[in-house]
Amino acid sequence: MATANDRKPVPAGSGLNDDIGEDKRLALYRSQVRLRDSEQRAFDLFLQNLVKGTSHLSLGQEAIAAGFAEAMVKGDLSFCTYRGHAHTLARGVPVEKVLGELMQKDNGLMRGKGGSMHLTSEEHGVMGSYAIIGAHLPIACGAAWRAQIRGDKDVSVCFFGDGTTNIGAFHEAVNFAAVWKLPVIFVCENNLYMEYTPIKDVIPIPQPAADRASAYGLERILIDGNDADIVYRTAQKAFAKARAGEGPSLIECLTYRHSGHSRADPAKYRPEGELEEWKKHDPVKLYRERLKQFGVKDDVIAEIDASVRKEVDDATEACKAAPNPPLDIISTDVYADGGWAWRN
Amino acid sequence: MPEISYRDAVTRGIAQEMTRDPDVVFLGEDVAKPGGCFKATVGLYEQFGGVRVRDTPISEQAILGAAMGAAMTGLKPIAEIMFSDFIAVCFDYIANEFPKARYMSNGQTKCPLVVRTANGAGSRFGAQHSQSVENWCMMIPGLKVVAPSSPVDVVGLMAAAVRDPDPVIFFEHKSLYNMKGEVPDGEILDTLGTAKILRQGKDCTIVALALMVGRALEAAERLRIDHNIDCEVIDVRSLVPLDTKTILASVAKTHRLFTVEENPRLCGWGAEIVSIVADEGFYDLDGPPVRITTPHIPLPAADIMEDVVLPTPQRIMDTIRRSLGG
Ligand SMILES: Cc1ncc(C[n+]2csc(CCOP(=O)(O)OP(=O)(O)O)c2C)c(N)n1
Ligand SMILES: [Mg+2]
Repeated sequence: MATANDRKPVPAGSGLNDDIGEDKRLALYRSQVRLRDSEQRAFDLFLQNLVKGTSHLSLGQEAIAAGFAEAMVKGDLSFCTYRGHAHTLARGVPVEKVLGELMQKDNGLMRGKGGSMHLTSEEHGVMGSYAIIGAHLPIACGAAWRAQIRGDKDVSVCFFGDGTTNIGAFHEAVNFAAVWKLPVIFVCENNLYMEYTPIKDVIPIPQPAADRASAYGLERILIDGNDADIVYRTAQKAFAKARAGEGPSLIECLTYRHSGHSRADPAKYRPEGELEEWKKHDPVKLYRERLKQFGVKDDVIAEIDASVRKEVDDATEACKAAPNPPLDIISTDVYADGGWAWRN
Repeated sequence: MPEISYRDAVTRGIAQEMTRDPDVVFLGEDVAKPGGCFKATVGLYEQFGGVRVRDTPISEQAILGAAMGAAMTGLKPIAEIMFSDFIAVCFDYIANEFPKARYMSNGQTKCPLVVRTANGAGSRFGAQHSQSVENWCMMIPGLKVVAPSSPVDVVGLMAAAVRDPDPVIFFEHKSLYNMKGEVPDGEILDTLGTAKILRQGKDCTIVALALMVGRALEAAERLRIDHNIDCEVIDVRSLVPLDTKTILASVAKTHRLFTVEENPRLCGWGAEIVSIVADEGFYDLDGPPVRITTPHIPLPAADIMEDVVLPTPQRIMDTIRRSLGG
């Protein structure tokens, strides 16, 4: 397995193990294509000046969002970062709601009040996207603590990047969860860069999350984050552990983002050829080949591709046609009474 | 009426709410088995058990983050930050997470929690364990901020804070923990956003908070006896929501305003009150509003120095007397 240090894509090869089954495999494929197409569309809309504010794409990292979301059941909770479009979509939030928020339209998930970095859809278990590095790890612990106290069976899953392992909240949260045996799963998406600086330049160990697990009494888990089957299986194990009351997991998924850190980043800091190498290990391409190895017919794949494209196209048109949010919601929902009054 | 200490009132308030509502849980450093650094939560662990009353690691971000996650998903957590100065190490939750979740999610996310913390000077602990930092929290839209000055207010406002659907920062004053006061038996529930007129007067209005309330009352008493100046004293109690009506009505009656603040000068809560009175009660004023504050310095540790920098009854009295020309 490649490490963050030698910067080589992880070789494919989970073998032809049919433990996952065709239905789930098709769902994993559909989800990844949906994330890919939606993110690509978000980028195109940005180039057309229709996506406003910032945006952080998960192009190249789709297998992690899809693999975890497919292992979740209703009631499980996702805590995401600003790079959260994929995780939000993967829980079943309509593409229109996400693109609408990116385009800051009234049909957006939060009607423009949150923006791309704060996608939230509690009805889908998406308990927020957090833009202060590390902040949501302790918050996920709190949701898991509630489940523990009440005997609820849901699990809280917290996604974050490699760079996040260097902030205090990461260490506080992993320690806290381990000591309290909380039903929480910490998922580190190691895309080799914290914003623009290679992660290897800012950690004294090869693997930012996996090599720290033992400090909190946790198993060292390092996986190919571009292989949705591996992600899915790893997730299932972690969910079973959490639901059995055996505590948290810290999972490091090796991956690579195909785009820049955020919309304004041309990613010039990457060594020549690195992106091309990783594109050979593109999760969507890999998974399409996997389906074929399992004998899934081309027309089944084509049908999934087409229906996803239709959802994204329809969503795009709906967002373009949607009105801007009304200005009278500027001062709503500051407080629970629905308003903003801080005085009488 | 039975008398209890401000310290015991904290326990009483939390116990009242934990008894009433099984969703109320309590976490913090040394709060459960040890009963709190200030012994303000003794007995809660024994009464409610280790599932609902929990000692945490020294991880202020984890404490507040966990409180938030629990609040978002249905519990009503009370989290303790041992000294209010330590809010600085977990300020992200206070400044960015609790107060903005509801707004950013367009009303989806709820955050009904209480952060209780020991605030203020008097213990000679120096600049990092004695500050009054209520103004750090007052400036953030989406938070509520409370600072009681008496045992009965501790119980009633604690109950109101726990039942409030918004995040509330609850400042207990370290120097008041030993203060005794009458607290009626039975359930007590107060209302956030209500100031209390503790002394009626006609010559000027003194607005004070927490430890400064007692000092304002003492100054008022001496001004009456020594100088025949009749002060109205208002305990603000709740900085957010702010009961501006009570303050404005008092100034309309007395025509002069003094604030007594323990926080350092710049951007202290009194500045906001003076600004509101200047905007909305200007023609009621017979003279400039005056702020009596701790000077804009870090707090010194030595008792003789700390005593000089905090507003004292003497300083309050002298300032008011000079201002009123008495
Ligand atoms: C506390 C904090 N510090 C810095 C930033 C600015 N920032 C935003 S994203 C980012 C990089 C995070 O890297 P990583 O955790 O690897 O996530 P990735 O963006 O690669 O998904 C930084 C430094 C921030 N948002 N919050
Ligand atoms: Mg990264």
